[in-house]
Amino acid sequence: MAEEDGVRLTTEQQRQRRRRNVAIAWALGALVVLFWLVTIFKLGGNVLNRPL
Amino acid sequence: MTLRAAGRVRPSGRSCPERAQLKSGAYPVMSLAHDDHLDAPTLTGPGPSLAGVEDFVALLKPRVMSLVIFTALVGLVAAPGGLHPVLGAIALLCVAVGAGASGALNMWWDADIDAVMTRTQNRPIPAGRVAPGEALGFGLLLSGVSVMLLGLATNWLAGGLLAFTIFFYVVVYTMWLKRWTPQNIVIGGLAGALPPMIGWAAATGTVGLESATLVAIIFMWTPPHFWALALIKSEDYARAGVPMLPVVAGEDETRKQILLYSIALAPLGVLPAAIGLGGWAYLALSSVAGLAFVGFAWRVYRLREGVPARRAAGKLFAYSLFYLTALFATILIEKSLGVAALTAPFDGWM
Repeated sequence: MAEEDGVRLTTEQQRQRRRRNVAIAWALGALVVLFWLVTIFKLGGNVLNRPL
Repeated sequence: MTLRAAGRVRPSGRSCPERAQLKSGAYPVMSLAHDDHLDAPTLTGPGPSLAGVEDFVALLKPRVMSLVIFTALVGLVAAPGGLHPVLGAIALLCVAVGAGASGALNMWWDADIDAVMTRTQNRPIPAGRVAPGEALGFGLLLSGVSVMLLGLATNWLAGGLLAFTIFFYVVVYTMWLKRWTPQNIVIGGLAGALPPMIGWAAATGTVGLESATLVAIIFMWTPPHFWALALIKSEDYARAGVPMLPVVAGEDETRKQILLYSIALAPLGVLPAAIGLGGWAYLALSSVAGLAFVGFAWRVYRLREGVPARRAAGKLFAYSLFYLTALFATILIEKSLGVAALTAPFDGWM
């Protein structure tokens, strides 16, 4: 294999990388939802208590 | 590739009175100051990773995590005042992730001894499925995220306690005490005992006598629980060079210590009924269960030879799990049902 070809992943390595990427995507999505929930429930009803 | 080549700093060969004793024993003990005791094929080197998602889940030690979540939940529910259930669930998730991060960092540091113990040699790092650097990054990332999110969702006392717990487990217990002294699990047990206090702090913003009592129960429970396991697995620990009490001080001394800690634990387990945490059901259950605990420990103390001795240690180990679960579950059930707690001795003081 010529050096410029770089690293070639085996089918199994590609499969595991894809699974890891999907898991990371889910974890990031969950983190976004968690921060959104924390914001909403920390604000509670106080969000309405402001001059309109 | 060795652990050193993977960027891991080995513990230095510090002096330890027990270690000389350990090395003179019957078991072939691995030198803790030796750097290259893991051979090349046992660790994943740089390059494409074959680690699966399930390997990263295994790094979180899910079974340990479940007990941590449970005790933190009891602290959260037993605390006066109300944390919104959604924020409470997020707090528990943070405690769970923090505990998992501690597990990953523990496995990163302990990969060398995990590789020589039958109980742990199939863990992701010694089995070569996850590189040490991956586990380190994973553990540090989850530690930071869990502490930040807990601080934001509840309060920074709870966040700080979680950070302290992770620090205590990884640095004080794993890196320092575990390989240095047979008192490793006595002191290190504090890390496993703190989750109820984190739950309490998340709900109230304070740490009270009540949460300290729950911590004290787990703290006192830890030595007999782990030493019962160590009696069964002492050959494993000796092979790995971990100075567990049976390896260093002998099995008879361990049996004596188990009995002493059990005698101290039994009244401590009843204490929640005296400080407004438990009701009549808790008082009855903790009294009977505490006596039974001492009974199991007494059998471990008396039976010292052969299969009956191992069986007694195994029974104590299993019963200790039941004991802690039963005590905390009773508090949880009583609080959930709104059962009035007993406060007689300190009525009006708190």
